[in-house]
Amino acid sequence: MANKKERLYNEMELMIVVGARQLEDGCSVGVGTGAPCAAAMLAQRTHAPEILILFEAGGVKPELWKMPVSVGDSRTFRRGVRAGSMSDVMETCARGMVDYTFLGGAQIDSFGNLNSTIAGSDHDHPQVRFPGSGGANDYASYCWRTLVMTVHDRRRFVEKLDFITTPGWLQGGTSREDAGLPGNTGPYKIITTMAVMGFHPQSRRMMVISIHPGYSRSDVQNATGFELLWAEDLAVTEPPTEKELQILRTEIDRDGYFIGRTT
Amino acid sequence: MSTDRTLFTDPDPDHARAYFQTKSRRETPCLMSLPEAVATYVHDGDYLVSGGFGAVRAPIAAMHEIVRQGRKNLGFAGHTSTHDIQVLTVGRAYNRVDAAYVVGLEARGLSRAARSWFESGSVRVVEDTNHGLAVRFKAAAMGVPYLPMRSSLGTDTYRFSSSTTVICPFTGMKLAAKPALYADVAFIHVHEADQFGNARFRGIQVSDIDVANSAKRVVITTEHIVPREEMVAHPEAISIPYYLVDAVCHVPGGAYPGAMPYEYFSDEDHLKEWLQLEGDPERYATATADWIFASSDHREYINKCGGAQRMEELRRLEIEDDPDHGVYQIAANGTYRSWEERLRGE
Repeated sequence: MANKKERLYNEMELMIVVGARQLEDGCSVGVGTGAPCAAAMLAQRTHAPEILILFEAGGVKPELWKMPVSVGDSRTFRRGVRAGSMSDVMETCARGMVDYTFLGGAQIDSFGNLNSTIAGSDHDHPQVRFPGSGGANDYASYCWRTLVMTVHDRRRFVEKLDFITTPGWLQGGTSREDAGLPGNTGPYKIITTMAVMGFHPQSRRMMVISIHPGYSRSDVQNATGFELLWAEDLAVTEPPTEKELQILRTEIDRDGYFIGRTT
Repeated sequence: MSTDRTLFTDPDPDHARAYFQTKSRRETPCLMSLPEAVATYVHDGDYLVSGGFGAVRAPIAAMHEIVRQGRKNLGFAGHTSTHDIQVLTVGRAYNRVDAAYVVGLEARGLSRAARSWFESGSVRVVEDTNHGLAVRFKAAAMGVPYLPMRSSLGTDTYRFSSSTTVICPFTGMKLAAKPALYADVAFIHVHEADQFGNARFRGIQVSDIDVANSAKRVVITTEHIVPREEMVAHPEAISIPYYLVDAVCHVPGGAYPGAMPYEYFSDEDHLKEWLQLEGDPERYATATADWIFASSDHREYINKCGGAQRMEELRRLEIEDDPDHGVYQIAANGTYRSWEERLRGE
């Protein structure tokens, strides 16, 4: 955090900007509210005007003039091409027409599996109950590439999840396809407050691709509860441009409702 | 560890068919008060589904009435249920849940009260996913005992779900078999209905069509009552036809403090207040006693929360802040009625 004062952006803004850059023009993405929606909106207003944004409650390709507060509120289908059903959207994902999804979770492991169900080891007597899968498990099962945005700390990045709510690469190797999930799908990038990570093509273990400005390798490893792999061409994350920040602050989250916080 | 499959409802379509054989085909008036509908159609121990998504077009007034009448031991489908299950938690009304999404209010935060009810050990929880529950309603609507689905395999969500695995006879693929979910009773909030139960809503459907098709009893709460002539003039716009519906209740603001598309936005301040009060059990008990038990109906509750003035503000948030609001003007019979009139029951 050494350079925090000199930085012209906060961690949430950086994550949203890096998230937006993953989405190429002409792609489709299933999003929720908050940072994922902001990333898709930013992509749409910068390099990817022809992006197809879907919301799991049934809204497709709305003109997002304001951030939705719910995955089902009318902003998710205002002047859209479909105000359909949850099955419509999930079936579109299941048929292979949705390229990306953005997810989060209370815990993530080295294979990109996510827990948003319980804390504790006994499902029937949890220490803490979280909301559960929602549509996350479905999105991560069906969409070609899963993107995750999350705060980077040892509480979240753990060796073993209390519960696998949402599939990443499961136990690594070919276990994901062996379980019966659609082929060639899986976690793609994990975008955190410190770094961007991908996965080793065979072992499917998490591998750091780039570190955000101001952080070191040891910062990233120390904030992670398992051993990270490192890309040979490890890079420094390209910081947000002025234009990206301006659009984010003045068009997408005018009230600072989402970018004002990092949890 | 309850890894054995737990089914809270009977997936056998022949049992459901025997029930549906007895359901009335006659188009007779079924307009009644919400207290009467809850008294008649919701019994202790029933399996309940509430329509909508999150706090959008959710039948909140009906959840208040269920709690007011003291229903207990309900089963519940947590199909992105947020404020609805938060209300049911006030009455400790449920003891088993198919949980795709529970105890949270999306980006607003987690409900402490719902969490502690889930963590108390008093609630049996079977995991599911949003699409998983949608598929289970669809299987029930199709009259088949299960449908195959490709998501969730290999996860703990699957292990602790009601699903099992089947092998596709054509491709040899492994698939999750999702058991049909025939609810005992479903509540769905709509924009308009006639007195016979023909109902239409606007905006996203979520899973409400399959829910209405598959639940044994369906209660519609509606913002507006319109003449049958208006409904049948546009049959393609009818979302739910009368023969699925057991009761229609006229409840203006029935989704409040959640949102009703094209009608009113969610009351974010009130939802926030509710979440904050849960941190103070004493004040929470006092406030919810006032809002639910000391209110005779939803109109009285809305009046305690700012009344017609607040509803007009939420209407402006939903419609008039929208640059294209003119496109979406909604009003029964083409005339706009103020919230003052609507809350007076005119």
